[in-house]
Amino acid sequence: MRYEAPDTIKAAVGLLSKAKGTSRILAGGTDLLVQMRSGMVEPDLVVNIKGIPGMRDIVADKGGYRIGAAVSGAELEEHGKVGQMWPGVVEATNLIGSTQIQGRATMVGNLCNASPAADSVPAMIAAGATARVVGPKRTRDVPVESIATAPGKTSLAKGEFVSSVFLPKPPARTGSAYLRFIPRTEMDIAVVAAGIAMTLNAKGVITAARVSLGAVAARALLVDACAEAIIGSTLDDAALDRLAAAASAAAKPITDKRGTVEFRTKVAGVLARRAAVIAYDRARG
Amino acid sequence: MPLDANTPDLRTEFKSVGTRPNRPDGVDKVTGRARFGADFSAPGQLVGLVLRSPHAHARIKSIDTSAAEALPGVKAVITYKDIPEQEGCDKDVLVNIMARGTALYDGHAVAAVAATDAAVARKALKLIKVDYKVLKHVTDVDEAMKPSAPVLHPGRFEPVDYNSLETASHVSGKQETKTKTREGSNIAGRYVFGHGDVDKGFKQADIIVEHEFKTEATHQGYIEPHACVASVSSDGMAELWVCTQGPFMVRDVCASLLGMDVSRLRVTPSEIGGGFGGKTTVFIEPVALALSRKAGKPVKVVMSRSEVFRCTGPTSSASMWVKIGAKKDGTFVAADAVLKYQGGAFPGSPVEMGAMCAFACYDLRNVRIVGYDVVTNRPKQAAYRAPGAPMSAFAVEGVIGEIADKLGIDAIDIRLKNAAKEGTVSSYGPTFGPVGLVETLEAAKAHKNYKVKLGKNQGRGVASGFWFNFAGNTCVSINLNVDGTLALALGTVDIGGSRASMCLMAAEELGIAYDDVRAIIADTSSLGYNDISEGSRVTFSSGLATIKAVRDLKKRMCGRAAKIWGIPEDAVKWENGAAHPAGANAGGFDPLSIKEIAAQASATGGPLAGHYEINAEGAGPSFATHVCDVEVDPETGAMKVLRYLVVQDAGKAIHPSYVEGQYQGGAVQGIGWVLNEEYFYGKDGTLQNAGFLDYRIPVCSDVPMIDTVIVEVPNPGHPYGVRGVGETSIVPPLACVANAVSSAIGVRARTLPMSPPKVLAAIEGVAASKA
Repeated sequence: MRYEAPDTIKAAVGLLSKAKGTSRILAGGTDLLVQMRSGMVEPDLVVNIKGIPGMRDIVADKGGYRIGAAVSGAELEEHGKVGQMWPGVVEATNLIGSTQIQGRATMVGNLCNASPAADSVPAMIAAGATARVVGPKRTRDVPVESIATAPGKTSLAKGEFVSSVFLPKPPARTGSAYLRFIPRTEMDIAVVAAGIAMTLNAKGVITAARVSLGAVAARALLVDACAEAIIGSTLDDAALDRLAAAASAAAKPITDKRGTVEFRTKVAGVLARRAAVIAYDRARG
Repeated sequence: MPLDANTPDLRTEFKSVGTRPNRPDGVDKVTGRARFGADFSAPGQLVGLVLRSPHAHARIKSIDTSAAEALPGVKAVITYKDIPEQEGCDKDVLVNIMARGTALYDGHAVAAVAATDAAVARKALKLIKVDYKVLKHVTDVDEAMKPSAPVLHPGRFEPVDYNSLETASHVSGKQETKTKTREGSNIAGRYVFGHGDVDKGFKQADIIVEHEFKTEATHQGYIEPHACVASVSSDGMAELWVCTQGPFMVRDVCASLLGMDVSRLRVTPSEIGGGFGGKTTVFIEPVALALSRKAGKPVKVVMSRSEVFRCTGPTSSASMWVKIGAKKDGTFVAADAVLKYQGGAFPGSPVEMGAMCAFACYDLRNVRIVGYDVVTNRPKQAAYRAPGAPMSAFAVEGVIGEIADKLGIDAIDIRLKNAAKEGTVSSYGPTFGPVGLVETLEAAKAHKNYKVKLGKNQGRGVASGFWFNFAGNTCVSINLNVDGTLALALGTVDIGGSRASMCLMAAEELGIAYDDVRAIIADTSSLGYNDISEGSRVTFSSGLATIKAVRDLKKRMCGRAAKIWGIPEDAVKWENGAAHPAGANAGGFDPLSIKEIAAQASATGGPLAGHYEINAEGAGPSFATHVCDVEVDPETGAMKVLRYLVVQDAGKAIHPSYVEGQYQGGAVQGIGWVLNEEYFYGKDGTLQNAGFLDYRIPVCSDVPMIDTVIVEVPNPGHPYGVRGVGETSIVPPLACVANAVSSAIGVRARTLPMSPPKVLAAIEGVAASKA
């Protein structure tokens, strides 16, 4: 196994483009090292990107924040301002693993590991985040929901990696929230998850919303029907019922060791409803 | 008073016993200095890895190790051929440590390698070619009993007339017409206990409740994986450093499997990062020895977490039927049960103990329990804290909870009405001596937790439990150091703070400070044979032997004082850490302290030591009553344990903190068993959740601080009244939590675990039936 720690994006892209066999990016390493130790993956090349300038930075940009690929969950939490702007995203990221894991785990790593149960991803999708993809041909900004395609699979081409995620400036009276269901209270992986962001007008009517569900399909879903269910409402009981029904209808889960189809379908609606209530309260301020 | 009386003089006043000093192994454990199994190393050691079957059941047609052997860095490759069957060895253990012809479960060892490093060893495993013919498998206990099931050990267990089984008459819809199978069956044993006439008893009943119950297999979940270093010299002398609950067992079993004289193998136990019964047998130890023997170098084998789940011994899964009849006033008139436990691929599931414990809490005139030991394509079960008892208690205490509800009787009152007490003929035969079940029930009823008012979606459960407690073989030495401090050598691995407890008992007996005694766990060449640290036997048996060894030492020290004073030995008595003249007639000598006697030991006859060995009896059972409050989220099925109370009889708590620790630990493991822990098999019979992510033991935030009450009904079989306390605490929680859930949401859980999807489905089922 070859280990490289380049100090520019160009050098990293060069290494990845020329690599034969299996290559992996090391940022936080909280997925990669576990996969290597368990024998799930035996990379021929590991590229540590932590030393590339900017990878560990949170930068204010166009009223929002650009978060480098190697920024840890703990750093994101300590930043404070990102959490004030997008509480749902930061809370979701901070749910990953334990305190020790939070010192290493990154949001971009969570995105590129492409698990349908990744906690930060539905929250980022709801926030309308974009991922900056660098590669041998060009740099492109894409919606985060287009990165994962299936469990463990991404849309990234050979030589490409995600260098940062951008969280845009939210309109006034915007609130966000993320909830997941796990069988225990921590140190677990989402069985069902819901991320939600919404914007209200001065009268408390929802004018825009994005709802994303995790762990109920091969990748995190952006569910327009859920948004439509609550836009134009003041999140009254009827709107919440429509939201829950739309979430359950959109869920296409499987039965496995973590949960059943029936359970995930029902609880997708329950979590969407509960997350919406929190987001609405935050939007009202 | 004679020092070696057979009937112990029960002490009731204590100075050291009952205090809570720090444990001698504590600082090293919290600073990372303690040496666990994987912390041992030997010069030039190789890395050993085991190749394991990917199939639940497969005939091994051939194993080709040639490519692995040719890989540079590989020093030995072994298969079953390198561990030939020895006369008198335990064949099941032999087959379990290395498959012989048939892989019987997912993870069954097939071959092993020793190489210069882990990367080479991993590569070598991939080069071993095993040609499997996959066979039909069975992992469910009820399925395994059917005539249509694949038979794991053709010709070994008697064919069964299935229509004659209790299961056929009691369990509806499962009768099969085929009565015999040519190859025999998977039913390895049948056990029957009880007395009276249950049919007559049920005729007197005003109410009868009967149900079927199922529990899934759970793993002990010890944090430290199995690990050892084996070193076999060219002259056949061998050493083994290993994490185990029973170094003498490891020595004797390994010697027997490998055809060695016991004297040639010295086993040194490490500190232990949890065992709970799971480290009472061998897995990698004989394999490491065989690898070292072949390679000529020390070999270290450390299991991965996945190997621990797939290949060591979880407990049994169980399928049960329980029927209890009662009068309107709550008096039980008859009790009947059929228990079916699968114990993995070999006989020996703890169904016999499960059957003995099922109704042990109650004074019953008419009782019957039938237990079946069943083999399936799962890893061979190992002991797990009160083996067999939590499952049968889950079924029995669940039925009792329902009877109490239906009769409108308080859950503690109905148990008090039927509780076993001194003189009760137990459901498994013996008549109880002094026991403390009634005391635990009364203390639970008086506890503040029992009076807390419950809110919406909240419920309270009660359950009682019993465990026999074992005694057994123990051999202890205590050596007086030159400065008057003491070295206590024990042969029972310290799995729960026992070194601290032994030091307290030695200090109490001598009348000296706790800090003046240091206890160690000796290796197998330093003491006579000690049974495994299991069965809640250590504080009782090694404690008894420690007290007797100290009395032996006291007698010798009094002898030295007598010599110094020039008076007869029996004119000297021991009090408060010093030898005293026994009375005015003995002479007016100043007392000789233990330090003064130690300083003069060389001049008065040489080193001073005490020793004792015994195959102890009289362990005395321990009963417990648990009370728990839960809250259920009716929209997700998620459950929160709000309060949990353990009340248990300790006889005499030597170190109350560690007694409470045992109560809390058992309760938490039991709560995990109810909530989420389970062996989850795929359709192909392979384990789907061989890791702590998807095998969910509770984390700290999943449980409240467990409240404890120590009840002390002295055990007359021990000089200080000690009863074992380690196991009873895991017996009631399964039923206790299930009963609380029932009271919260009206759903009676009879299948464990009560994971959220199951609870939610049950809630919706109840809602649908009401609609």
